[in-house]
This record gives sequence, structure tokens and C-alpha cells, in this order.
Amino acid sequence: MSKFRAPDHYQQSSKYSLLPFKFIKLDEAADDDTYITVNYAGEYLLVTRKNIFDLVNFNLVPSDPLFIKFKSRHFLYDKASTVSQDLLALKLRTKYSRLSDFTGLHMFVVSLRCEHSCPYCQVSRQSEDREAYDMTEEIADKSLDLVFKSPNRNIKIEFQGGEPLLNFEIIKYIVEKALQINDSEKRNLAFVIATNLALLSDEHLEFCSKYNIQISTSLDGPADLHNANRPRPGGDSYERAVKGIEMARSKLGHYQVSALMTTTERSLSRAKDIIDEYLKQDFNGIFLRPLSPYGFAIKTKNYDKYSTKQWMQFYAEGLDYIIELNKKGVPFREYYASTILSKIFTSNDPGYVDLMSPSGNGIAAIVYNYNGDVFASDESRMLAEMGINKFKLGNVLSNSYKEIFLSDNLLDPLEQSFALSCPMCTDCAFESYCGSDPVFHYAIDSDYIGHKSFSNFCFKNMEIFRILIKKLHKDDFTYRLLRSWGMPHA
Amino acid sequence: MLKLGGAVKISSQNREPYLSLISESDNLPRVLSEERLLLYSIGMDYQNFRGLIIRNDEPVPTPYNGDIIRVGPEYNYISNNDIARVNPHDSSIRVLFRAASETNSILLTERCNHYCLMCSQPPIDQDDSYLMEEAFRLIKMIPKNTKAIGFTGGEPTLYGQKFIDLISHTKNHLPATWLDVLSNGRAFQNEKFASDLASIKHESLSINIPLYSDDPDRHNYIVQAENAFDETVRGIINLKKHKVRVEIRIVIHKQSIKTLVSTCEFICRNLLFVDHVALMGLEITGFTRANLDKLWIDPFEYKDVLSEAIKTLDTYGMRSSVYNHQLCTVNSDVTHRYRRSISDWKNEYLEICNQCTRKQLCGGFFSSQIQFKHSSYIKPFVLDESIV
Repeated sequence: MSKFRAPDHYQQSSKYSLLPFKFIKLDEAADDDTYITVNYAGEYLLVTRKNIFDLVNFNLVPSDPLFIKFKSRHFLYDKASTVSQDLLALKLRTKYSRLSDFTGLHMFVVSLRCEHSCPYCQVSRQSEDREAYDMTEEIADKSLDLVFKSPNRNIKIEFQGGEPLLNFEIIKYIVEKALQINDSEKRNLAFVIATNLALLSDEHLEFCSKYNIQISTSLDGPADLHNANRPRPGGDSYERAVKGIEMARSKLGHYQVSALMTTTERSLSRAKDIIDEYLKQDFNGIFLRPLSPYGFAIKTKNYDKYSTKQWMQFYAEGLDYIIELNKKGVPFREYYASTILSKIFTSNDPGYVDLMSPSGNGIAAIVYNYNGDVFASDESRMLAEMGINKFKLGNVLSNSYKEIFLSDNLLDPLEQSFALSCPMCTDCAFESYCGSDPVFHYAIDSDYIGHKSFSNFCFKNMEIFRILIKKLHKDDFTYRLLRSWGMPHA
Repeated sequence: MLKLGGAVKISSQNREPYLSLISESDNLPRVLSEERLLLYSIGMDYQNFRGLIIRNDEPVPTPYNGDIIRVGPEYNYISNNDIARVNPHDSSIRVLFRAASETNSILLTERCNHYCLMCSQPPIDQDDSYLMEEAFRLIKMIPKNTKAIGFTGGEPTLYGQKFIDLISHTKNHLPATWLDVLSNGRAFQNEKFASDLASIKHESLSINIPLYSDDPDRHNYIVQAENAFDETVRGIINLKKHKVRVEIRIVIHKQSIKTLVSTCEFICRNLLFVDHVALMGLEITGFTRANLDKLWIDPFEYKDVLSEAIKTLDTYGMRSSVYNHQLCTVNSDVTHRYRRSISDWKNEYLEICNQCTRKQLCGGFFSSQIQFKHSSYIKPFVLDESIV
């Protein structure tokens, strides 16, 4: 007799127990029988309806290759190995570990004034009245006090507007003051200015270079589209933005400059043109953003002019084109997909505020308005512009850190935005890839959770999850490409 | 393959085995020479040495009262600062440390709680704790400028606290030396054991642990031990929780290749915090020879699977190495992970390899592979003359 035992000696148990998982038909309309099953930590398998039936009715046997796959990906365990529960717990802890860091991104609205008059903008003012719409040193000081009360080791201060360059003096004041405070605080402190670049000067860049400040700008597409979306006196928003990008890159470094696009009705037929414009400007990716339903966007009925379905088409077309580009050897990525793919392929939550559970409002990012009002997010202050103060957390002049961060206006939506316990989200196979947006749902439904059957947030994200999963299984190239987009180091 | 030990002619006044450093130079102060063996040749000032190593047919000098160790040409490699165990009792020597080698492995025990199908050092269940005692002495003698050493077994952690003591001892006596420990990691399922190891704060220690499959049953079958998978995985988690460096090692054979890619995916999803993954070719020695039909698969046949595994590890930013393969049996997309790894005293080449332009870059073969089994697809890289 051999002194070695046969494989079946180590494969005795045919009894197994289930670990938490969820499932959904991958393509509701399709005739096929493909279901996606997702475990507690976001690992998925594509299977058939019968496979799920066999799994939950304990019909699978250890020699079945599907049994081994389900076991290795922690959908089930048997008594021969229970370490799967430790590993699942470890992955979940990793996924939520960002929560304990607390607020990292601090947005300072240094002025509401702007020389652009974009119809989709929610907040800006055309005004010469500095006193009415600019942040003062007093407000800046009180806001900085709150910034450094956050326990996060990594603090990013983002200057917003309006057009922040119109109040550059306060930017200089805040940067130098923050660095001074940081001498003793020793945080990893970073700065970024969100600007349309139209007014960019050498003096601005000199300062940015001295303090290593990044630039984030707006680029909506080719000149005709960009200028139509973003009117300003002279109609030269595009020309100024492109020139500004070049100036900023030359002075600060290529990767210190990023750009964001906003989708309008005009953009919907121009996915390729917009992506080509980003290629032309030498960016290595794009964030294909939907229009948000706030502020002037709702008032001017811009939001109603196209449905989420049309935007989905635009997104899918853009994504197809980007994958084609990569097949041709042009590396380029779509950042919203990257965020989701990171949740699909790793236990690392990228911390994108609009796709976190519980919501990232206030605890990932926070907004200090020009007048000292504190908001849970950029969208919250837009809602306030429409007269809905539900997400105003307080004012730096009259409220303490404790009052602001323990306010019901912050804690209630956070508590209700943990998707795992939200009606319908709790059963949704895509829950671990998704997040919550209490501000969005409040804007539409006057309720933090809303009704997911009618939620455009829900519809949009589920569609994108389906598109991405289907693409992953189209061919090896696309699988590897999309998987690599999900990696934080790549 | 070098002969590291065996029967030789020894004449000695004593019977007790001892360890000794070997010197090529006769010009040593007495405080050193009386502890050392001299690699003797005619004309040397030998009197103050503990013993002499006489090579080949050289005559023994007289008068001399120290030990005489006469070795054959197979020991010609012995050189300055090597360390040998001399056993006058059974007339044998064993070279335990070679200064010229970058990979000195110190065997701590032949006992093990695994019984791996492909074990190259089949376990023997008997008290061999003298090896551990010897290791403590050996560590003190190894030159302090040695770059790296390794501890191997058997399963070194079976010694429990004594193992921890040895790591601490090694850190103190060889503070600048990298230390690789081969362990199945199961002992570290006891978190206290892991934290005790961590508390030594050995900055250049790596615990190298095998994980053969993401399927627990398959892993347990390969190592022939129940519960091994769970204990090993818990051990890895505990070690990393206490910030001890961990390398996962996968020997590739017919049993492990079936789940190699899913195992790499499993590591990236569950154990991304480990420091390195090593994918290793099969050595045809020990139990492997008895189980060859269950284990052998030609590396050329699995090269696409190996590429896929490396791609997965690369994607997740996991550092990895491919060890013990020949360059002509792997795809070009893994060459950035390919290491010329086989220990210097083990590696050999085939006759046909002499035509190969990349021989210098290739790890070659274990002598056991040349002797018993190697890929049928060995093919030299030659210069394309149409390009030249």
C-alpha cells in the first residue's frame, strides 16, 4: 500500500453551508440564462439559473468544478475548511476601512463670482460685488480650524467657485496658513484649484509651483461644443482652457493638471469627438459624467431634456470607443468604470463620494461655503441654492466641530445610506459595487433613500454594472484591460 | 552537483564532532588559527592550526599533533571562510557553509507535519535536535558580511520557542544578513507564536510558505495533511498582521497546475498583503521520484498557464518570481519575472545548451532533472544569421 493517501481522502465532506451572496439575471431582456452571483466581498461568478438552484438546494458535490469555484470564492464552505469566514471578514474590513479615516477632502468655495455663464452651473454669480460673494479671512480661519480637527492623515484642500482665481488673495492666505498649521500637525497636505483657467496668469502658476498645487479644470469637448456649453464674454472659453492647460503643464508638470467634462444634450451625439479632444490634449483618461439634477440645471429644464437612457447610450458608445482605442494600442481609460472595476476586482474602496456606502457626504468630503456655511457635499450646497437646506450642517462662525459633525443633517442621511440595509439594495446583486446618494434622492423624492424602482441613480448604475460585466466576458483582451483599470497602482 | 559531505579519512585525538572555519591562509594569529582548519599545501606554516585539510595525494607534514582530514578531488571547491562539521567518530565531514555561495541553506530538522507528494527532503521522524544545537554554533561562526542564508527542514517551527530563539540569535550575530526561512506556516495559526517572531524585529527576515491551491482539499492532498490549508492561511494572516515578511511558494506540477491561475487570483483577492509569490519548477528528487506519474508535467505544456498566472499577479501589483525553469520552456512574457535561481551547487546544463546564446541567463537544471526527467522541448536559442 502506498504511504500516500488518495485525493478523495481529503474530499470527504459533501455537506456544505452557504455564505451570504446575491444574484440577478445579467441581462433582463436577453433570452439567455446567464446570472451573476456576487459574494459578500464583491467577488462574482457568472452561472446559470440551474447552478444557483443546485447551490441553494445543496445539490452540488465536492467533485463538481462549480463546487470548487463557489468554495474558493467564498459562496459556500464545508467542514474541511472554515478559514473562508475569516477571509471574508478580512475583505469586508478592508472594504470599509476607509470609513475610520474620516474626512479627507475639504472644499473651500472661495468665491461664487464667475466670468462664465454656463447654463448647467448651479451656483455661480455674475457680479462685481466682492463683499457679497467672496470668502473672508475670518471665514477661512474658522474653516481651517475645522479642517485640522479631522483625524484623517491625508488632507486635501480643494478651492472651488464660482471661479476661485477671482479671489486668489484668499487662496494664497489659506495655503500659507494651512502649511503653517501643518508644521505641527504633520498631515499629508495637498492642494488643488478647480478653475476654468480663463484668467490664469504667470503669478498664479508661480504660486502653484511654489506650493505644489494641482490644477483641475473643465474641458467639455472640441471647441464648438465646449464654447456652446460654457459661454463667456468673447466666446473663447475653449481657447483659454487649452492654453491654460499647456501653461500649467509647462510650469507644474504634466500630471499636475486634470480635466473634467460635463455632459449636456449637445454632448450626447458627440462621445467620440469628446474623447478625441481629450486624446488631442494628451490626457490618458476621461470621466464621462452624467449631468446632475441640481440648481440651474433643473431650473432651466436642462436635466429633463434628455433621459438617463440617452445618457446610457452615450456612455456605452464612449466606452466602446475607448476599448477600441486600447485595442489599437492607445492606452486610455474611463474613470467611472475604473471606480466600479476597482470594487469588482479588489477589496479596496476607491472612495468616490457618489459611490460609497454609507454615503461619503461629510465623512469623505465636506464643503465650506464662501459665507461660512458648511455642507455635506458639493451637491448639498447646490440644493441649498434651490432653497433646500436639508444638508446644511452649520456655519463656521456659529457652530463647533462637534455640532457640525454630530448634526442630524449629517447623521440621519449617513445612517440611512448604508446600502446593505436599504430596501431593495439589500437584495441587489450589485450592492457591493454600488453606493448611496442621499442628496440626489432627497432632491428628487424628498427622502434620503427614495424608491429604487424609480431611481435614476439606481437605473444608471445597474446599467453600467451590467455593461461592464458583459464586456468583461466578451474577450480576453477586454477582460485584462478592464481588470487593470480596477487596480489602484496602475 | 557539489558533494557537500560524506566519508573521508580523519585522524584525530578526539572523538567528538565539531564545527570549524576553514582558512586558506597560514598567516593567522594563534587565537584564530587554533580554532580553524588550514587548507594545507606544502611550505605552509601549519603548526598552530586545529587541523589540516589535505587534498588529493599531498603528503602529511610532520611533526603535527592536530587533526588530519584527507579529502578527494570532489572537495576541491572548499575555500576560505567555508565552515565544515568534522566528525572523527564516523570519519565524515560535511560542508555546512560555503562563503562563495549566495544560497547557504541550513537544515534544522528532518521532522515535518507535512508529507508532501513532491518533498525533496523526505521527513524522518526521529530526534535530530543536534541539528538545531549545531545551528546556534554555526550562526556565530558565519562571516558577518554574508549576504544571505536560509533555514530549511523538515519544518523548523516544530521546535517552538527554540525556533524563535534561533531567529533572535541569528539577528544578533548576523545583523546584516538576509534570512529566508522555509516553513509551512501552520505553527503561526497561533497568533502568539507569530507575534513572538515579530517582536524580534528581524528587519531582513522572510518566511517562505507554500500554498498549492485555492481549493483547500487539493492543497491538503498535495501536502498529505488534513487542516493544513486553514492552518497555513491563518498563519499567513497572523504573520502579516504582525508585519513579518511572507513569501508564498508554489511548486508547479500536475496537481498544482490545474488550479495555478485561480490560486494566484485567490492570493490577489485574499492575501494581497503578502510580499512575494514564487512559482517554482519541480525538482526530481525525494518523494517526487516515487510519485512521478502523479506529478510530472512538461513545463513546455503549461507555459501558457504560467504566463496567465504571472499576468494576474502583475495586474494586482504582486511581486513574483519564476524559479527553477529553463528559459526555452517559458514564454517571453514571463522573462521579467524569470530568475536564474537554481542553487550554484545544484545547477547543470544539457549538452545541447552549449549552443544556446542565452545560457548565461538561464538557471539550467537541477542535476536530478538531468538525471531523471526534464522537458522534452529543450531547444537552444541561436543567433538568427539572417539578421546578423
